[in-house]
Amino acid sequence: MAVTGLLLVVFLYAHMVGNLKVFVGAESFDHYAHWLRTIGMPLVPQDWYLWIQRFVLTAAVIGHIVAATILARRARKARPVRYVHRTRVQGSYAARTMRWGGVIILLFVIYHILDLTTGTLNPVGDRQHPYANVVADFAPDRWYVTVFYTLAILSVGFHLRHGLFSAVRTLGQRTPRGERLARAAALALSAVLVAGYLSVPFAVLTGLVD
Amino acid sequence: MDIQVRVWRQSGPSDKGRMVTYDVKDISPDASFLEMLDVLNEKLILDGDDPVAFDHDCREGICGMCGMMINGVAHGPERATTTCQLHMRHFKDGDVIDVEPWRAAAFPVIKDLVVNRGAFDRIIQAGGYITAPTGTAPDAHATPVPKPDADAAFEAATCIGCGACVAACPNGSSMLFTAAKVAHLGLLPQGQPERDTRVIDMLEAQDEAGFGGCTNMGECTTVCPKGIPLTLIGRLNNDYRKALRNT
Repeated sequence: MAVTGLLLVVFLYAHMVGNLKVFVGAESFDHYAHWLRTIGMPLVPQDWYLWIQRFVLTAAVIGHIVAATILARRARKARPVRYVHRTRVQGSYAARTMRWGGVIILLFVIYHILDLTTGTLNPVGDRQHPYANVVADFAPDRWYVTVFYTLAILSVGFHLRHGLFSAVRTLGQRTPRGERLARAAALALSAVLVAGYLSVPFAVLTGLVD
Repeated sequence: MDIQVRVWRQSGPSDKGRMVTYDVKDISPDASFLEMLDVLNEKLILDGDDPVAFDHDCREGICGMCGMMINGVAHGPERATTTCQLHMRHFKDGDVIDVEPWRAAAFPVIKDLVVNRGAFDRIIQAGGYITAPTGTAPDAHATPVPKPDADAAFEAATCIGCGACVAACPNGSSMLFTAAKVAHLGLLPQGQPERDTRVIDMLEAQDEAGFGGCTNMGECTTVCPKGIPLTLIGRLNNDYRKALRNT
């Protein structure tokens, strides 16, 4: 859970930085998107780096889901008879929604790839000009896309708020001071990520980016 | 004070079990929760009914025998308190109090509120020991222990093995218990020879017993009557990582 999760967080941050290029302008954004295909050239042929990254990320996602499924199944088996009366005393909202939050994120990732990678579900779907795709995506009359996007990003935020702390704990964080630090860092990193990702659709929605 | 208790009644391991409501009258606010159950049981015996079975021993909060889910919280509403040390003054006249046994596949119900915590014994057997020459007790200062280590080991050693961590865990995991035992011995020089095998063997015994996996929720440490810190689970993870490398 921890290793695959942290790998995915590194990708999320890199992806966010790329997204923010939308504020620099259409040319910069499109140029960045094309550059992704040329990383590593001429050491590796065009698109190879991108495919390696896709392969690694897919493996990480699958590993993450498999580990989560094992944990969830074990938890079910470990308590076959439920409590009649159960009161939660700890366990933040983020910690309690890890599993369903993860499912929402998975559904979003599938939609997101069909929307902005393959362009299948995008109203423009022009793979040469991703900037136009993004602007078309979050147009005010397609408000439901923005709502789903926001929901998914908030799910990611909650997922990471518990996930980041949990990951460093799994990897052996063990001092009270370190725990406070890890929890604060998890909250800050999640908040920055949510703000960074949500800035794009809301900039399109308010006309800041068009 | 007059209260109502809804208690889990289960005549044996194969019985399905159900919640049964009883009126308990004239309870002193200074009575402990177990004394309240004693009063209920006296009445049940006089009425010719089967008394409610529950585990208890020292009633001083140090033996780890007692423990039940009270209104959905392990050991009831008071923090750092065992059920025997919980007093009725924390409830109000006329309250309806739900009482259930610990729920875990590894802790099968024997009768009513009594569960079999033999799974904890199997975890202890797997690694909760040190190699020490038998014979006369060594001098207390024969092996120097730094004060902070002694304090930290003692904090972990206060775990009484009541099972509240498992009962409260949404995953039914016993990680806090195992972590406390691993840290208790692992922090001391006497516990070093088995440090690597201990964590591996105890985790194996824990998995075999059918406990769930830890997802760092922290419910366990909140209900723990001894306040065993959640950081010990990180310590266990750290020990486990090193043990995998060393063995």
